[in-house]
Amino acid sequence: MATDTTEWNVKDTLGKTLEGLEAAKKPSADGLEGDKLVLNMGPSHPSTHGVLRILLELDGEVITKAMPDVGYLHRGDEKIAENMTYNQFVPYTDRLDYLAPLANNVAYALAVEKLMGIDKALPERCQYIRVICCELARISAHLLGLGAFAMDVGAMTVFLHTFTEREKIYNLCESLTGARFTTSYTRIGGLARDLPEGWVDQCRQFLKEVEKNFDETETLLTRNRIFVDRTQGVGVLPREIAINYGITGPNLRGSGVDHDLRKSNPYLIYDQLDFEVPVGSQGDSYDRYLVRMEEMRQSARLIRQCLDRLPGGPVSIQDGKTFLPPKDKVLSSMEELIHQFMLVTQGVNVPSGEVYFGAENPKGELGFYIHSTGGGTPHRMKIRAPSFVNLSVLPYLLKGEMMSDTVAILGSIDFVMGESDR
Amino acid sequence: MTQPNPKTARSLAEALQKACGDLVSEIVEFRGECSLTILDKSKVHEVCQVARDTLHFDMLTDVSSVDHYGDDPRFEVVYELYGMEHHAYLRLKVRVEEESCELPSVTSLWRTADWHEREIYDMMGIRFSGHPDLRRILMWEGYPYFPLRKDFPLEGKPTDLPETAFTDRAPLEGGPFVTTAGKQNVSQREPRAKAFEPED
Repeated sequence: MATDTTEWNVKDTLGKTLEGLEAAKKPSADGLEGDKLVLNMGPSHPSTHGVLRILLELDGEVITKAMPDVGYLHRGDEKIAENMTYNQFVPYTDRLDYLAPLANNVAYALAVEKLMGIDKALPERCQYIRVICCELARISAHLLGLGAFAMDVGAMTVFLHTFTEREKIYNLCESLTGARFTTSYTRIGGLARDLPEGWVDQCRQFLKEVEKNFDETETLLTRNRIFVDRTQGVGVLPREIAINYGITGPNLRGSGVDHDLRKSNPYLIYDQLDFEVPVGSQGDSYDRYLVRMEEMRQSARLIRQCLDRLPGGPVSIQDGKTFLPPKDKVLSSMEELIHQFMLVTQGVNVPSGEVYFGAENPKGELGFYIHSTGGGTPHRMKIRAPSFVNLSVLPYLLKGEMMSDTVAILGSIDFVMGESDR
Repeated sequence: MTQPNPKTARSLAEALQKACGDLVSEIVEFRGECSLTILDKSKVHEVCQVARDTLHFDMLTDVSSVDHYGDDPRFEVVYELYGMEHHAYLRLKVRVEEESCELPSVTSLWRTADWHEREIYDMMGIRFSGHPDLRRILMWEGYPYFPLRKDFPLEGKPTDLPETAFTDRAPLEGGPFVTTAGKQNVSQREPRAKAFEPED
C-alpha cells in the first residue's frame, strides 16, 4: 500500500525516513548489492496474536514495506445478523473481541436500545452492573494484552502472573453468567439475570488481589532495562496520523490524544463516576504499555465506586413488548404468554431508522451501525471493529523499523482477529 | 445516559448544509443524531472536504454500505464522521445505483477510508475511483461474488477452491444453521458429520 511519508511533518526518530533508507541502500565498499526479501509472517505464527498474515519486504534487517492480510477469521457475522432477531445475535457479539465478551455484549445492547429509544429508561441497577461488566472486561483484556506483549518481547513470567488474575475474572464471570468466556449476558432492555448472592464480596476480594498484581507486573516491566530498550522509541505513532487513520482506544491515547468515549460521549452512568484517563506523550510502544497499565488501575477504581453505590431494583425494563416477562406470569397469565410468544418468535419490534453507537471497548471504539426497516431483524448491521482499523496503520508503523521490532509493535497495538475479521 | 450534545451536532449539520447548499439534502434527526444525504455522488469528496476542514470532523469513524434490494438506486454508502474537539457525530449518506456502482474515494482526506472502502468493495461490490489499492480484504483474491448483497444467499455459493477451503453451501434446515430432527438422518442433514449407518 502506498504511504507517502513526506507529506507528514514527522519527527525523524532513529533515522527512519526515506532519506535514511536511501542512505542505507548506497552500494557498499566491496560492491555487493542485495535484493529485497519478501518474508511472509504467516497466519499461523506465535506472535501475531491470532490469524494475521503480514507480508514484509525486507532490505536486510529493515522493513521497507509491510502489507497485512486480514480475513482469515471472517465468519460473516454481518450477514448472519440480517437473519437473526436482535436477541439471537448476542452470542455472536461475544465472539467479536473474545477477550472481553462482556464489553461487546453491553455495546451491542446499548446500540439496539438507542435505536429503540429506551436507553434512557434502563433501570439504575442494570446500568451499574453493565459498567461493572465493562470494566471487568477491560481489566481482563488488558491483562492478556500486556501479558502477551511482554511474553513476545521476552518477559515470560508476566504472562503467567496476568493469567492467574484472569482466572479469577473467569470465575466471577462464571458465577455471574454461567460461562467463563462466552458470556452472552445482556439482553435488549436489560440483563439475563441479576447478580448472584455473594458476588459483590467476591468482586471486592478480587479487586484487592488484582491491585497487588498490578504492582507486581509493574515491578517486572516498567523499569526493566530490557523491556524499556525494546519498546521505547519503537513504533512511534504521531497524533495527527493516529487520528487520520481512525485509531481509537489506548493506541490513540498513547499518542497523546486525550480522547475517551466514556468522558467525551458518556453512556450508561459514566458521567456520574470519578475516573481519570491516562494519556501518553511519545506515542511509542512503551507509552501504549503504560496507558494500558494505568487504565487497569482506573477500571479497578470504577468497579469499586459502582459496587459501593450499587442500587437495588430490577435489572431490566419491565415492558412485556421488549423484555421477556417472568416465567411464573407466562405460565399463568394470557397477556404475558402472548408477549413471550411474540418476543421469542418474532423478536423485539424495533422502529425503522438508523443509529450508530460507539462504546469505549478495551481495544478501541466498538461501533454498531444498525439500519432497521422495522420488525425484529435488522436490515443491515455494520460492526465497526477497533482492531480492523488499528491494523490498517501497520504499513505506516512498520515501515523503516527493524524486523525484530515487528513483534514489539504488534504486541503494543493489541488487536484481536475475531473482532477485526468478524 | 447523555448523548453527544444534540445542539452541537445539529448546529454543525446546519453549518454543513449552509456551506454546501444544494449538494446535500435536509437534515434528518433521529435519536439525537443528524444525517445528511449527499445528493450528487460525484461531489462526495467536496462535501467531505468541507466537513473535515471547516467543521473539524477530523476522524472518519466508519464507512458502511447498505443494500436496498429492490429500490433504485440500490446501494447506499454511509460515512460516520466524528470531531475530536466538539465530540459530535455526523452521518453523510450517498446513494449509488447498480449500473455504475462507483463512488469517488475519500482516502486522500482520511487514511482510514482505505481499508473501509476495500471492505465495501469486497462485500458489496461498490468500486471507489481514486483508491490507491482497491482489492479484496476479507475474502480471498479472486473470490467471484459479493457476499453482503441481498441476492447472495446466507449459506453461500460454491466456489473453485476444492482442496484448500470448504467452499460449498453451508447446510441449513429451516433456519440459520439449525437442523430439524426427524426428517433425515445425521449424515444426510450434516454432510460434514461422520458417516452414520442407522440400525433399522
